[in-house]
Amino acid sequence: MKFGVVVFPGSNCDQDCFYVIKDVLKKPVRYIWHQDIDLDGLDCVILPGGFSYGDYLRTGAIARFSPLMKSIAGFTRKGGSVIGICNGFQILLEAGLLPGVMLRNRGLHFICRYVYIKTENNDTRFTGFYNAGQILKIPIAHNEGNYYIDASGLKELRDNNQIVFRYCSDSGEVSERFNPNGALDNIAGIINKKGNILGMMPHPERSSEKGLGSEDGYFIFKSVVNFLEKKRA
Amino acid sequence: MIKPDVYHSLGLSDKEYQDILKILRRQPSNTELAMFSVEWSEHCGYPRSRRWLKLLPKTGKYKTLIGEDSGGIIIDGLAIIFKMESHNHPSQVEPKQGAATGVGGIIRDIFTAGARPIALLDSLRFGPLSQAYNKYLFTGVVDGIQFYGNCVGVPTVGGEIYFDQSYAGNCLVNAMCIGVARKDKLVRARAFGKGNPIMYVGSSTGRDGIGGCSILASHEFKAGEEKRPTVQIGDPFTEKCLIEATLEAINTGYVVGIKDMGAAGLTCCTSEMASAGNSGMDIELQAVPRREENMEPWELMMSESQERMLICVKKGKEEQIKKIFLKWGLNASVIGKVTDSGLVTIRDNGKIVAQIKAHALTKAPVYDMPYKKPGYLRKLNKLALNKIPKPKDYNKVLLKLLAAPSITNKAWVYEQYDHMVQTNTMLLPGSDAAVLRLKGTKKGVAATADCNSRYCFLNPYRGAQIAVAEAARNLVCSGAHPAAVTDCLNFGNPEKPESFWQFKNCLEGIADACKSFNIAVVSGNVSFYNESPQGAINPTPTIGMIGILNDVNNACSQNFKQEGDAIILLGYCKEELGASDYLKEIHNLTKGNAPQLDLKLEQAVHKTALEAIERGLVNSAHDCSEGGLAVALAECCVSNKEKMIGANINRLNYDLRADALLFGESQSRIILSCSNDSVEKIRKIAKKFKTPFSVIGKTCGRVLRILKAEEELIYLSLEDLYEEYNGSLKKKIEG
Amino acid sequence: MLRAQIYITLKRTVADPQGLTLKHALESLGYKDLADVRMGKLVVIKLNFQDKKRAQQQIDQMCKKLLANPIIEDYHFTIEEQ
Repeated sequence: MKFGVVVFPGSNCDQDCFYVIKDVLKKPVRYIWHQDIDLDGLDCVILPGGFSYGDYLRTGAIARFSPLMKSIAGFTRKGGSVIGICNGFQILLEAGLLPGVMLRNRGLHFICRYVYIKTENNDTRFTGFYNAGQILKIPIAHNEGNYYIDASGLKELRDNNQIVFRYCSDSGEVSERFNPNGALDNIAGIINKKGNILGMMPHPERSSEKGLGSEDGYFIFKSVVNFLEKKRA
Repeated sequence: MIKPDVYHSLGLSDKEYQDILKILRRQPSNTELAMFSVEWSEHCGYPRSRRWLKLLPKTGKYKTLIGEDSGGIIIDGLAIIFKMESHNHPSQVEPKQGAATGVGGIIRDIFTAGARPIALLDSLRFGPLSQAYNKYLFTGVVDGIQFYGNCVGVPTVGGEIYFDQSYAGNCLVNAMCIGVARKDKLVRARAFGKGNPIMYVGSSTGRDGIGGCSILASHEFKAGEEKRPTVQIGDPFTEKCLIEATLEAINTGYVVGIKDMGAAGLTCCTSEMASAGNSGMDIELQAVPRREENMEPWELMMSESQERMLICVKKGKEEQIKKIFLKWGLNASVIGKVTDSGLVTIRDNGKIVAQIKAHALTKAPVYDMPYKKPGYLRKLNKLALNKIPKPKDYNKVLLKLLAAPSITNKAWVYEQYDHMVQTNTMLLPGSDAAVLRLKGTKKGVAATADCNSRYCFLNPYRGAQIAVAEAARNLVCSGAHPAAVTDCLNFGNPEKPESFWQFKNCLEGIADACKSFNIAVVSGNVSFYNESPQGAINPTPTIGMIGILNDVNNACSQNFKQEGDAIILLGYCKEELGASDYLKEIHNLTKGNAPQLDLKLEQAVHKTALEAIERGLVNSAHDCSEGGLAVALAECCVSNKEKMIGANINRLNYDLRADALLFGESQSRIILSCSNDSVEKIRKIAKKFKTPFSVIGKTCGRVLRILKAEEELIYLSLEDLYEEYNGSLKKKIEG
Repeated sequence: MLRAQIYITLKRTVADPQGLTLKHALESLGYKDLADVRMGKLVVIKLNFQDKKRAQQQIDQMCKKLLANPIIEDYHFTIEEQ
């Protein structure tokens, strides 16, 4: 199996994602320049965090027009797995591969700190390693993490179990008090209906090694590896 | 005949103009005059400080590297390059963009050497927050740092923030950047090899900041002056692309030399690269990418448009290098070539508009400035302790200090900075120093920026020594061996003898302290003319220091880790209150002398703490600084809000005034916490290094309790401490 | 040459914390009769042709495709001769 990490002009966390896959997970991985359209041989593509195109106009608004994004749409139609982290999530939203949009944080400041998120759906290829309701300590770092979708969209997400992570307290309480950025329904991560595209604002690649403060995020990547290995078998 | 008011308005004196006439043996053209004015300005040429900067040691216990724009140390084949620079005047004028471009500029100084920037720190100073304008500057600067740093993908991991009346009217923004490279991948900022092309890469040139360095940085602010149009605008997205493209280009091996265009833009790059390479350059300005129409030659040479570099490329490899920059969406054009004439020749459509010997431009005159000890110091240094009333309620005093903006927790600031990107940050902001891992090795780098400017005001020599000692102490508390220094020297008008006396004494203090610690000063920056109608700033020689951890897993943080641990004090408490925050905050006095400093004692304390930490005997380490012992203990209790632990300090064996014991700022003190079975082992280490050692209490419960003999001085719940320490800054800013 | 001025604003139903912050700041400066403050974006595009109808079509497409996010933003524009 092979992972791919996309690099847009302005991506910041591509090298961090690459490092986790290569040196921590110890799986084959390559970079994908945003102008390449060849995803051959890849099983899982990661859209990393950062400020693609400086976040100019709207975050992710320009990156979604890269030729690569067309290939990614085709890749996901064929069942390929995609993880969009932070800016990656924002790009997937702008591209329409995931529903909804990101607004500016309610407090209007960039926020960088550890938060707790609850695993609301552990029956996905990205969360298979977690228990239902498991609380993860993973950091966020963003200006626009305030997830928004209209009422009917929200109903659909709930009905289809598409909400994967919600912001919560260290004991799992999901409430406004533990919502760092104003995101609707404390939503921190969602999947598409088909279940092969994950978008999440927290950074699992920053919490994949014990020494860094938490290794809870590591199991998202491990879950994908597990899923791909089972598929092969 | 060029009239005096023309060259005066560019900042050149009559004597300097005469020197120019002698060098050229004719009158200078407009372009030449502009080039001299920026290269000989205080900011670029260091005419007034160069003589004294020679005092700083360039060698130390770690192997050093001194480059044209930065410096560093070598460990295990890796070069750790770092530098700190000021961007004070632009930030006073336009705080967000001033701070942003300051960050951009210092990052460029690092990756231009071939090193990947891995961390930023910043040392910021403003007037009191109670005044609206200072609040505006403070929030603007923080916004600028987050705007630039977050987008460019370099984590801001540490720094310091102070508020003092002397900075109202002239804030200080000192930005420090650290980068890493394999030693054999480094590049110098010089041009040589006749015929090698000179390539301009990055953003196009506009009229940003024209004359910024000569006019802004080399003179004081006069009341009501409108300097806004000369401030540059930063583009962190372009800089991020520039970092990747530059490192890729350097990796090809076809880059002979490279320099970033900072202060004085093209003038600085062309003259300094040619001078460093003992060569010359022939430049055609029509080839310079521009975004404004009708730019005159002198404007192109003076522009401080951001995110631009100048590269000396191996002949024949231009297209390969160009391709890399174009891939990243950046301009890349050959604008000239290296010559062997030793001259910097600037052409506009073939016609020569400037032709000056490179060495003449880069060797600004050296001035011997007169200095004189200020008369007010003798009176100010006198402090009769018996005249200072003792507080009735020490709890109230401690809470007030914990809420004071200079001391209080700065999470409101650093949570706006991405301090985790690049996944190297092992010790997050909020401890004594930041610690970063060096991927691929077991080692780590610790970094801090320190200066207590009130000490420097009351005793420049000793205050500067303390800045060095404190930086080293902070690194030691994180488990690192102090390795090298970058200095950012912020002072008033050097033409005033009292100001220059402060500068000279601070420099001597830094030099002596660094020599004593055997650490080199590998890079630095001087910022003069930090004055406004309100007066000069306190002398502020900011010390940026890095240290090396032999095993990054031994990194040590400042907060108590568990109940039942012993609390040890290394060093001892003296009865001194001079220059303390306590004296200022509670008694409104800036008086007395800086605390005493015994460098031998300081080093003994460091050796003890380091060995104890490296042997895994220590659970937490924190040094005493502003606010003294009581503030340091409170910080150990509450600085990690997820795990706050109280302490019972009942074994302080001192017969001092209670306020001096609690809040005096005696130097060379470190508080350690450890499990009980480590106490004797640490005591043995202390004895070996002849370090004063005492167990002063233990961690327990939900209260901080400090006693002097039988008298309970402090009794505060963790919640009360937390509320003042962690909640105050946000309240002051957001209301 | 034609000059298009495109105004992009948040939909009425979407919260605008920046607008609210501005409102509070203006009120603290003494302006007490503010009913509402909203913040948006202005994009100015100069087109190298004279056909107004063609310009309207193109600008409308640009807005739909890139300049405005239809989930949360509205847009309107004017086109003048330069």
